[in-house]
Amino acid sequence: MYRYDEFDSALVNERVAQFRGQVARRLSGYLDEDRFKPLRLMNGVYLQLHAYMLRVAIPYGTLDSRQMRRLARIARVYDRGYGHFTTRQNVQYNWPKLAEVPDILAELAEVEMHAIQTSGNCIRNVTADHFAGAAADEVEDPRIHAEVIRQWSTLHPEFSFLPRKFKIAVTGAARDRAAINVHDIGLQMLRNEAGEPGFRVVVGGGLGRTPIVGPTIREFLPKAELLSYLEAVLRVYNRLGRRDNPFKARIKILVASVGGDAFAAMVEEEWQALRGGSLDLPEEEVARIAAYFAPPPFGALPAQDTEFEAMRFEDRDFARWCRTNLHPHKQQGYAILSISLKPVGGVPGDATAEQMEAVADLAERYGLDEIRVSHEQNLVLPHIRLRDVHAVWQGLVAAGLGAANIGLVSDIISCPGLDYCNLANARSIPVAQRIATRFADLDRQHDIGELKLKISGCINACGHHHVGHIGILGVDKKGSEFYQITLGGSAGEDASLGEIVGPAFSYDDVVDAVETLVETYVGLRETGERFLDAYRRLGSAPFKEALYAGH
Amino acid sequence: MTARIVTANGLRDGEVLYLARDGRWSRDLAEAEPAESAEAEAALMAIAEGAMRCRTVVEAYAMAVAVEDGTPRPLSQRERIRAAGPTVGTDIAIERGR
Amino acid sequence: MPVIKDGQLVENDWTFIPDSVPLDGVSRPVVSLARWQGESRALLGRNRWLGLRLPNIADPAVIGAELHCFALIELEFPTFRDGRAYSQARLLRERHGYLGELRAVGGIGRDQYFFLDRCGFDSVRVAGDEAELACALEGWYEAMAEISVPMQPASDRRPPASSLRERRRAAAGAS
Repeated sequence: MYRYDEFDSALVNERVAQFRGQVARRLSGYLDEDRFKPLRLMNGVYLQLHAYMLRVAIPYGTLDSRQMRRLARIARVYDRGYGHFTTRQNVQYNWPKLAEVPDILAELAEVEMHAIQTSGNCIRNVTADHFAGAAADEVEDPRIHAEVIRQWSTLHPEFSFLPRKFKIAVTGAARDRAAINVHDIGLQMLRNEAGEPGFRVVVGGGLGRTPIVGPTIREFLPKAELLSYLEAVLRVYNRLGRRDNPFKARIKILVASVGGDAFAAMVEEEWQALRGGSLDLPEEEVARIAAYFAPPPFGALPAQDTEFEAMRFEDRDFARWCRTNLHPHKQQGYAILSISLKPVGGVPGDATAEQMEAVADLAERYGLDEIRVSHEQNLVLPHIRLRDVHAVWQGLVAAGLGAANIGLVSDIISCPGLDYCNLANARSIPVAQRIATRFADLDRQHDIGELKLKISGCINACGHHHVGHIGILGVDKKGSEFYQITLGGSAGEDASLGEIVGPAFSYDDVVDAVETLVETYVGLRETGERFLDAYRRLGSAPFKEALYAGH
Repeated sequence: MTARIVTANGLRDGEVLYLARDGRWSRDLAEAEPAESAEAEAALMAIAEGAMRCRTVVEAYAMAVAVEDGTPRPLSQRERIRAAGPTVGTDIAIERGR
Repeated sequence: MPVIKDGQLVENDWTFIPDSVPLDGVSRPVVSLARWQGESRALLGRNRWLGLRLPNIADPAVIGAELHCFALIELEFPTFRDGRAYSQARLLRERHGYLGELRAVGGIGRDQYFFLDRCGFDSVRVAGDEAELACALEGWYEAMAEISVPMQPASDRRPPASSLRERRRAAAGAS
């Protein structure tokens, strides 16, 4: 993974000093809240329902054990002993004190971490495929380019006061594990006919009030011209994005209003003037960054491991966990291991300081010291030898991290909702907990199969409900919490937005409604057909009927 | 009877605060001073604005309450949760586990 | 209202003249884009210093061929949250080669000074009493010193990290 050189270190340390000064000026009165607010947002500090919230960046979801231990220490020393991993591969702390945030940032800077631009109307954390560098289907590790973009976007003087927030995601393969089609800019790596690597560029996707699957603005962008093209897109947006209405200020509104082709033409014109200029990184610089993402020292191992097979045969719980939490690795004898942060009855995406340390220990001992955060609020140990999988699993179980439910109905994505968030209309976490509890039986979950359930507490859709196979949106109906259900969304390369199934359900009724949907699917599916595929085949009619007929 | 009270967050630590008598800020909603008229509410907000200028609190606003037996109670789910704390949470689980 | 320019607090000798007001006797008038477009001949005929205030929704290209007419261009920040003028500044400098004074006016403050400087602004209007102006200048110096190495090229002369890395590589290769 990327290691800071003196320039990167200087930047984060200077940024800490800068924010310390800004906080001091705020507390002593030289800065009022109106002028301070965008500054604190650009350092990841929100004011939430109960307290401040600090969102720490985990660039493209990659960190090592030293960094994870520091996150644990921050949870323990400055917060209430836990953190929350988010749908943008970041981590959030719910209870920091403003006056202590500069100290937290200083501790983060010591381990090459920061909270720069995790909020505010600027370019946010660049996210990438959480299996990067381990999955077999990559053209190239997308994190190389995510790091290039991260540096270019950091304290960019022209793009720090955009019309609205700006989110970029990169996937290294056709298989989209980064949800690029619903980002402001989505980049998919591919090769052109000459075999040269580059990007398909999607601009203007998004969720929230006006969910849109973004159009492809450029079918092929040569790799070396990435930054000049991004600068062109951002400049067009900065100049032409709406500033009169914050609900209409994202780039997706601009792209939809002028049309994808017209937008592409505007970008192309600006880009022609920018390309070949100072934005192009020297080849040696790209190579320097790429070297940090070179494959780690894998061992030469056989494809099968007899110990691993034996443990799977002997230990039913282990075998069942392997079915959902292991993914094939491109390197023979290795596996990609997912750690579910969705124990039944727990808060989706939360980890205690002790759990963070357990993961750090396992990564350091067994995992070539690498950890990932997925946009589905889980963690990943991307490089585990098959022969070590059982030991890692035992360590996870001991730490309360042994949930065997990746991709199953209890692996719910849930925003913090009205329990924590200022913007929410309804609670989401207890709904997630009650649904998970209803489906706690693992045999039943396996029978149901892959089912991505996503809950948002308001229309801002931080829970990505639009792209859930089942999506749940919390709404306020006459002062009570109600939940609107959508069906058939998908965040992958087959991206689709969920369709509203009918009137919303009360807090008391929504879990039954979800169970009804699941049972309807089970009754109508063809052999081996996932929920999403069954819905696409059948349409909403049988589900509507099951939910609403006779009511 | 419904009335309005003024609430804010502490500038330094972000905690939820309610404007009580004499311009004092309390963590306890029960101590909030209810305003039964627009004038009374404006007077409370003026105190709050002073507190914002003096950098005690941020983002003060007035909210609706029901007053029962002289004690204000929040009317919205949002303010109920804001007053009582999260209904769920890993920190709550940690606390209970202790 | 004075300006901070080249690290100094200087008196502002330019005056914005509303469209309908004659320019007689004004040595350094700043005019609106609309006025320039309506009266450019007459304005040029004065053979004096001329400034232009560009609205922040204007495309700098509309005056791209006429930049030599203006010793000063003012770009507006309706609020400090509205960052359109940063793009206008960069386009004026890098696309259209503007060499005159580029000035930021509007709701811009100390925490934006670094961005202004990087985007090619020469000066920024400031307001307040003597103490506040002294604070503003001090703030400007602090702002310029806060970040030593930027992470991307812009319209200033500061070499970004990628350039410094390149130099270091070249030096290592030469030794």
